[in-house]
Amino acid sequence: MSVREDLADRMPGGDAGLIVAVLLVTYAAYVLVGVGLGYSLRGQLNTIAVLTFYIGVFAMLALALNLHWGYTGLFNIGIVGFMAVGVYVMALFTKPIYTPGGAAQVGGLGLPLIVGIVAGMAAAALLGLVVALPALRLRADYLAIVTIAMSEIVRFSFLSSDLQQFQMFGNRVGFGGGSGLILDFTDPLQALFQSVGLWGAYLGFVDAFKAIVPTNPKPVVDGLVYGLFLLLFVAAYYWLLKRTGESPFGRVLKAIREDEDVANSLGKDTNQFKIKSFMLGCALMGLAGIFWLMTQGAVTPNFFRPRVTFFVWIALIIGGAGSNTGSVLGGAVFAAVLYQGPRYFKNLVDTVLPAADAPSSFGPAIAPLISNLNPAPMFFYTVDSIRQLQLVVMGLVLIWLMHNRPEGMLGHRKETAAGIPLTAAHARAAATDGGTAKNAANDAADDAATAGGDSDE
Amino acid sequence: MSETDSNPETETEAFGSAPIDTSSGPDTTAEFPLQVDGLRKSFGGITAVDGATFQVESGTLTGLIGPNGAGKSTTFNLITGMLKPDTGTVTFNDEDITGMEPHEIANKGLVRTFQIARELEDMTVLENMMLAPKHQRGEKLWRSVLPGVRGEVIEQEEELLERVWEVLEFFEIDHIAEEYAGNLSGGQRKLLEMARALLTDPDMLLLDEPFAGVNPSLEKRLLTHIHELREQGYTFLLVEHDMDLIMENCEHVIVLHQGRVLTEGTPADIKSNEEVIEAYLGGNV
Ligand SMILES: Nc1ncnc2c1ncn2[C@@H]1O[C@H](COP(=O)(O)OP(=O)(O)OP(=O)(O)O)[C@@H](O)[C@H]1O
Ligand SMILES: [Mg+2]
Repeated sequence: MSVREDLADRMPGGDAGLIVAVLLVTYAAYVLVGVGLGYSLRGQLNTIAVLTFYIGVFAMLALALNLHWGYTGLFNIGIVGFMAVGVYVMALFTKPIYTPGGAAQVGGLGLPLIVGIVAGMAAAALLGLVVALPALRLRADYLAIVTIAMSEIVRFSFLSSDLQQFQMFGNRVGFGGGSGLILDFTDPLQALFQSVGLWGAYLGFVDAFKAIVPTNPKPVVDGLVYGLFLLLFVAAYYWLLKRTGESPFGRVLKAIREDEDVANSLGKDTNQFKIKSFMLGCALMGLAGIFWLMTQGAVTPNFFRPRVTFFVWIALIIGGAGSNTGSVLGGAVFAAVLYQGPRYFKNLVDTVLPAADAPSSFGPAIAPLISNLNPAPMFFYTVDSIRQLQLVVMGLVLIWLMHNRPEGMLGHRKETAAGIPLTAAHARAAATDGGTAKNAANDAADDAATAGGDSDE
Repeated sequence: MSETDSNPETETEAFGSAPIDTSSGPDTTAEFPLQVDGLRKSFGGITAVDGATFQVESGTLTGLIGPNGAGKSTTFNLITGMLKPDTGTVTFNDEDITGMEPHEIANKGLVRTFQIARELEDMTVLENMMLAPKHQRGEKLWRSVLPGVRGEVIEQEEELLERVWEVLEFFEIDHIAEEYAGNLSGGQRKLLEMARALLTDPDMLLLDEPFAGVNPSLEKRLLTHIHELREQGYTFLLVEHDMDLIMENCEHVIVLHQGRVLTEGTPADIKSNEEVIEAYLGGNV
């Protein structure tokens, strides 16, 4: 149908090959630009680490959203609320117990990180259940309203002074209010390596890395390793959601997306399926939120503004709703081009033309362009405001996509909702070695008859 | 198929349908599996169904006829839980199913098809068909995902596919098995819908104009098949505008007019009933 489809089909290694190829092209582009402009090796490695980080989190979030929207047709625009609950509950469980005079205003329960992560995911799933129960019975668009309202309620709750600190099991805990929460638990990477007894080995590796980055290599290595860790989790999400989709469970989800009444009148308890799908997606969003923030040292409620939700939606739309491979690609492309791209571009311009002073407002920027056709001030002004413009660019890309390729990169591809290949050839083969097709009428009747008697035996 | 259905796991119980103990074939404990009593439903000013009362005898092919807008499809919707009646009751196999959810009613063995075929358009014909069978192990999320148990799901998928294929061949739509349902012709959609409903192993099927747009030779084959199933004890309620078809195939006919049962009886009775002739030919009585 299109060049892209052909590309996907011809790609060695299939979908995985396609994903790897896109990642490699992205990295190559970043590295090439960096090399061309004389970035230091350390700077290059840091750029790659940050890029990988965002590819990881956006790919995970897009995959989780794809379960909601692409598979089940659930219009969730409160993603960031589930991320917030995941992170905050994880912090509550994991932060060390409060000691008076310490740096942190409030403590946590001092439990191991893994317990906190599981608790955060469970809390996000439970919130999903609470949101879904009333909304799923209503028309689809009510879920949208309820979820976005929920995400703002969550943000305001964490902002409120009532939850700033409270007692729990005799400990002074809390969510820190507007000033945020210090994530003063053991560094997650350290905790991870210690839990498998490899912390010493890791430190040795960091030391060896001095050959490449002579001074203080640990932050660089940490960033790269964490990025790799996130990519592993992208693979895990992908695996989980692929199995979910390619199964009778996924088939019912797909049927719900297509026409819930039909699924219902074929005996499927569609509300049950919707709730399960919604809760699973919410838990995965909570986990992605945890991964996004647990290494950042602190968390503030205002990080969780609805714009993050819309970033994830844009990633999914770019990649193509309905396709897991598309979700990963969408996450990667969004992170590399729309999210990190403009910032990288600004850094480049700053490096190449460090002396250039940007005009401070639109007037001085546009005047030279009109009066003597000098575009430079306008250019620098634009680059300087790139963070603000980023949203405009995203909007333009979205409009363009909606007009020209609403199915995104891979949304036109339909991933079969079954545990086995649903092809005529496969079916024919199964039918010929399983029984005779010639007496299908009686067979069908017998099947029906046996089904009536499935309560005995 | 018996391996599929006598699956030793607990799903059957989990369904909560607790089928009234049957050893084989459809549930024939009730002489009149379907009983509709005083069913009423209005939409704003229109009373679509106005106190319809009738029952369908076990193992029959019963016709439900009436002019356009008589309330036949609405009655189907009320019976199958798609709409909740204003008043009245629906009883299936001696159990009051009024107000139950459509999936609960379907799992009790009362399954319907839609007048305007409702396909799952972005799913292939095979996917549409594979959706229908009950008691699918893989409908439990954990079974579909966890490495150890997924094998059982795959095994059942293979069995289901085999059965699905036989039904597709019978309905002569196997050549479009991989086609997206959204690309099918009107008649093909009707066939797919009926085949899909049959795969749920219903005791009783409510068919809303299943032959509209189906070619005559296939219509004949389908009717033959329906008669075979009927002889085994399955019950059918059929909405159809083709009077000849009704007269030749049904042993009992119910005439609905303005939401009420105008009359019912054998095809011969109906044929000679002046009210029916008037209702069909003379517009409002
Ligand atoms: N959801 C609805 N909202 C409003 N009015 C409805 C609705 N469904 C049905 N009606 C009205 O109820 C009446 C009965 O409709 P119904 O579809 O049951 O007729 P029918 O007997 O199936 O007709 P046909 O033979 O044309 O299919 C019609 O007047 C129709 O306009
Ligand atoms: Mg009708």
